[in-house]
Amino acid sequence: MNNASIILDDPTWIIVAKGVLVFALCVLLTLLSVWGERRIVARMQMRMGPNRVGPFGLLQALADGVKLALKEDIIPAAADRAVFVLAPIISVTTCFMAFAVIPLTGEVNFFGEQTIMQLTDLPVGVLYVLATASIGVYGIVLGGWSSGSTYPLLGGLRSSAQVISYEIAMGLSFVGVFIYAGSMSTGDIIASQATWWNVVVLFPSFAIYVISMVGETNRAPFDLAEAEGELVGGFHTEYSSLKFALFFLAEYVNIIAVSALATTLFLGGPSAPPGLGFTSAWLGGWFSFIWFFLKVLAFFFFFVWLRGTLPRLRYDQFMKFGWKVLIPVNIAWILVVATLRLLTQQGASQFVIAGFTGAVVLAVLGAMTIYDRSKLKTEERANQVEPMPEPSFPVPALPTSLALKEKEGN
Amino acid sequence: MSGESALFWVLAPLAVLASVAMLFMKKAVHSAILLAWVMITLAIFYIALDAPFLGIVQIVVYTGAVMMLFLFILMLVGVDSSDSLVEKIKGIRSVAIFTALAFSLTLITFIARAELGRPSVGLDEANSGGNVEGLAQYLFSDYVWAFEVISALLITAALGAMVLAHSEKSDVARTSQKSRSIARFRGKSIATAAGLPGSGVYARNNAIDLPALLPDGKPSDLSIAEVLHRRGDVAESKSYELDGLPKIDNEGNK
Repeated sequence: MNNASIILDDPTWIIVAKGVLVFALCVLLTLLSVWGERRIVARMQMRMGPNRVGPFGLLQALADGVKLALKEDIIPAAADRAVFVLAPIISVTTCFMAFAVIPLTGEVNFFGEQTIMQLTDLPVGVLYVLATASIGVYGIVLGGWSSGSTYPLLGGLRSSAQVISYEIAMGLSFVGVFIYAGSMSTGDIIASQATWWNVVVLFPSFAIYVISMVGETNRAPFDLAEAEGELVGGFHTEYSSLKFALFFLAEYVNIIAVSALATTLFLGGPSAPPGLGFTSAWLGGWFSFIWFFLKVLAFFFFFVWLRGTLPRLRYDQFMKFGWKVLIPVNIAWILVVATLRLLTQQGASQFVIAGFTGAVVLAVLGAMTIYDRSKLKTEERANQVEPMPEPSFPVPALPTSLALKEKEGN
Repeated sequence: MSGESALFWVLAPLAVLASVAMLFMKKAVHSAILLAWVMITLAIFYIALDAPFLGIVQIVVYTGAVMMLFLFILMLVGVDSSDSLVEKIKGIRSVAIFTALAFSLTLITFIARAELGRPSVGLDEANSGGNVEGLAQYLFSDYVWAFEVISALLITAALGAMVLAHSEKSDVARTSQKSRSIARFRGKSIATAAGLPGSGVYARNNAIDLPALLPDGKPSDLSIAEVLHRRGDVAESKSYELDGLPKIDNEGNK
């Protein structure tokens, strides 16, 4: 029985309850992750981080939220009022929508009803997430444009170019998973990872997804749309009070959404890690939520780790990396996956499959060797040092020699 | 009223309203937003009509990519730019009016011939193996030729755009910071390897037109910007020279 058929017979009150729960979870996680990020980054920089409000400073994010909401709401005179108000609303609504197709648990008992904590299981679930993300960009772009000022406009332009480019790399990294699972629904993809998680089988897809999800969410080291050093704050420079809070909320919910999608596509979703499958029966199936939560947290920690470690990329390097590295590598990898899939489906012998895999590995190694050699050669040429000419500028006498000279004179 | 018709009666008027309003908006960006909204409503209709793949692709391709690029251009063109009302290409107005009339005539005849209230035929059959699978089956078997031809057409268009946008690389190679640093050490002299001396350094006045003094008190011409040299805006530096220091010649001997 797949996820879709389990969810299909949910009564209306369960659907409503699920929706409310998902929303509450996202808001709560945002509060926690703001606190968590500040604490983790602080530790990485040998600081303590927020530790005053509530136990371990846990309520700091809440206090900041209240402060933000009570601030004066300014709409610049040059702003396009309607769009200026609309932009944060678009941003924040679309980022919640992705959670509709992500299963947060395995099969659980919800007040006497067997169900899965997933609102709906679309046959095109993963594409749906991509679609909501692409509408979410409108929030950033329109916010940047409607502010009627230069830095936000530049931030908006940067972000639209960035998200469109990295969405391609992201979409391509889904293709390997689709080919392997034979479906685009999140439930089926999780079911297809019963024996091996996709992170093992499709590691290149996973690596590219992880890189492009950082680009997609405008996070460091790819946070060029809001680069504080260059653009003051990018698209949200002119925003204040609750409207800024909405953008803030959208950013963190987006991080959690892409992490949840990565968990679903590559880490088996809510299923237990290998060897711990017996936990799936604990707490009436609800224990699977803990696994899901831990995996998402691991991704979130990775996000913070990146922010604490890497400097921001230059914009042209970043775009070059997306278009000239991620996308071509991804396409080559899809070719390999599709060929392997076809070979297994047509019942090719183990020998043929091993031979093909070996040939691919050899080809990659060969290409890397050639690349390294040519790089070495150019470096060698650059490093050939001609004998350095004698310095032709006047050099002052050293104090010691001056002293000696004086002594000699005496 | 079923869920589907409720959805229709809520969204359809909004879509029509948005598409009419799109025509009367003064700012191009507002029109673009309304058009994006119309596209999203269409996508929702597709999904409600059991064509989820088409609906999602409509959003990803049209709203997410095409409309976004439109918006990109509109934003680049400028916030306040308005349409020119002068006919720039001769005769374009009559062609536009003719095309619009012909197109609306076609649409009106088609819509007038439509019959309402007929049950859909063959939808369940087409979706029997799953919507995506059914579509893929058609796309990659019966219509694979058309599919390939269209993709070839799109690639040609993309290539054409690239050729038009291509610009020859200039002969003057852009130097990187690294190569400039290496070049400084590889030059005839390493006197300026650590950069040119700043003007006014060690001199009695710290002005931009006053040469820096070298360790032996001699003024350094290199410390003055080339532009000032050409303009002749360099202060006479003889009087700023220091004496009483041991004189050193260019070879470094005293």
